[in-house]
Amino acid sequence: MKTKFIHIIFLAFIFSGMNVCLQGQDVPGPGAPGNLSASDHPWDHGEKIDLEWLLSKDDPGTVAFYSIFKSDPANPGSFLFVGNTDPGVNRFTIEKLNREESYFFKVTAVDDSGNESEPAVTLTAISPIRQWFDGRRFPLFIITLIFCGSVVYWIYHARSGRPLQIRKIAGLEAVDEAVGRATEMGRSILFIPGIQDMNEIQTIAGITVLSRVAKVAAEYDAKVEVPTSRSLVMTAARETVQASFLTAGRPESYNQDLVYYVTDEQFGYVAYVQGMMVREKPAACFYMGAFFAESLILAETGNTIGAIQVAGTAMPAQLPFFVAACDYTLIGEEFFAASAYLSGEPDQLGSLKGQDVGKIIVAAGIIIGVFLLTLGTIVGPETSLGTAFITAAEYLKSVILT
Amino acid sequence: MKRNVPLLITALGGFILIIAYFIPATQGWGEVAAIWFDILASIAFILGGGNLLKIHLKKISDKRVGWAYSAITLAAFLITLFVGLGKVGVNPNPLYPDYGLSGHYREIGSPFWWLYEYAFKPLTATMFAMLAFYISSAAFRAFRAKNIEAILLLGTAFIILLGRTFAGVYLTAWLPDWMSGLKIENLTVFIMSVFNTAGNRAIMIGIALGIASTSLKVLLGVDRSYLGSGED
Repeated sequence: MKTKFIHIIFLAFIFSGMNVCLQGQDVPGPGAPGNLSASDHPWDHGEKIDLEWLLSKDDPGTVAFYSIFKSDPANPGSFLFVGNTDPGVNRFTIEKLNREESYFFKVTAVDDSGNESEPAVTLTAISPIRQWFDGRRFPLFIITLIFCGSVVYWIYHARSGRPLQIRKIAGLEAVDEAVGRATEMGRSILFIPGIQDMNEIQTIAGITVLSRVAKVAAEYDAKVEVPTSRSLVMTAARETVQASFLTAGRPESYNQDLVYYVTDEQFGYVAYVQGMMVREKPAACFYMGAFFAESLILAETGNTIGAIQVAGTAMPAQLPFFVAACDYTLIGEEFFAASAYLSGEPDQLGSLKGQDVGKIIVAAGIIIGVFLLTLGTIVGPETSLGTAFITAAEYLKSVILT
Repeated sequence: MKRNVPLLITALGGFILIIAYFIPATQGWGEVAAIWFDILASIAFILGGGNLLKIHLKKISDKRVGWAYSAITLAAFLITLFVGLGKVGVNPNPLYPDYGLSGHYREIGSPFWWLYEYAFKPLTATMFAMLAFYISSAAFRAFRAKNIEAILLLGTAFIILLGRTFAGVYLTAWLPDWMSGLKIENLTVFIMSVFNTAGNRAIMIGIALGIASTSLKVLLGVDRSYLGSGED
């Protein structure tokens, strides 16, 4: 009731204003735009309204741009400037609106001298509506479905017993070598699962590699030490190492005190691990997880003590440091493939094959985008065909891939 | 049971959050899940503190190598915990002058603030500063011209390093405009924006696909190695 009353007052105010203008002296300026309509923007979060109007009679002509305004819910009767559009354009999408509010809109034509036309005003108030599905993410939804579908398909395919070809990854082949070396030298194995918590996928990937390292260590009766920088990681790592010792048939060799918490503080953790490395001189060091500035400090210390080092991370900025200081480095994708590669289980190997479908989609996107932009440049952006190619490439980049 | 329940929670939570990403009404659920995780991690911190005490006390009692460091660690831990939780030396909040613990624990001049400013920060800065020396030693090893790849790396690094200095700009300033592409600062920009960006993007695409595939394996329960043995 209150809202209706405000709307009536609001409309009365607008029309009385317009009347005064129409009955008064001629106002210099271009002809007014007409038939302004507002509609809810489809497939959105409920924060956009689409406007459409008839162009001014002086467009093309004296119109320099159109100005768009929205009503101010906090101050009925007044309008807030939203933006301008070029002449010849009769559509505009207003963003960042509040779903709880109703809005009026107006559009005016403005000439080069800054003279403003009479406004075209929406006659009814409108509120943006939130849809059940976010249409902006529809292309991503389809890509997700294809990707997930392919991973699931290849997992089932692998379960049927058909062999899958996986290329050799030197860094993972070196796991057995590193553990064997530590056993021969009678020294420990150090495993660092990164410095992030269990909500980081790289930590989970690191823990899966730990399960393999711990299993081999249990078979060789070697000591694996896992200092962690998060309590939850410590708990998960303990469970994993214990399971590995059990699988290797040596549950009695498991010592939970070798998997322990140090500190959450990045450099405090590094100081501890570095000191421990210098004192105890582990023969093999594994760095598997999310790392930041500490990557080089740890890897260089390991290098100094002559340990065989294997690193794996998905932090692009840290990869050069690991490559420079470690014997083997699992770069990004290889790190995530480690669990499947080391386990050799058909289910997991199938997921790697499914990942290849994702690569095909990406490669196709890159080729199509490059092709469209090249054609657009060759034909010329001034021609309609060239513009169409460039627009299509832009759509691919800004809508489908965003 | 010990494995199936966490697996069920993981799968349910993960798939719900994936679907929520595409439904406007539920897009905030991801943030709620993140808050839940923070609460869980905070509780687990007690576990970490307990473990820290146990490990270092054992080390001291066994008089193992480096036990003195453990003693220092424990002393630092307990002192910081005491002055932080007890808000030692903190003045009450002016709004609640009758409540001794109403002040802010990091009040300037308080013992906790003092420990942070004059012990923690310098120690952290010291560790970070060591990075400069490690970068030098790693670069020395990486840039040895052993083979074609190493020579290419050395050449590229030389151009980039020189291009980021005034000397590099000065050295090629004499080149005429039509050869401006060969000026060292322009070569640096070209290498960084073309070769470096292309290589980085290739790695990033691989990482993105790897993350998606690993997440799916975890959600579907294909990879359970992080869940332990499942024995009660």
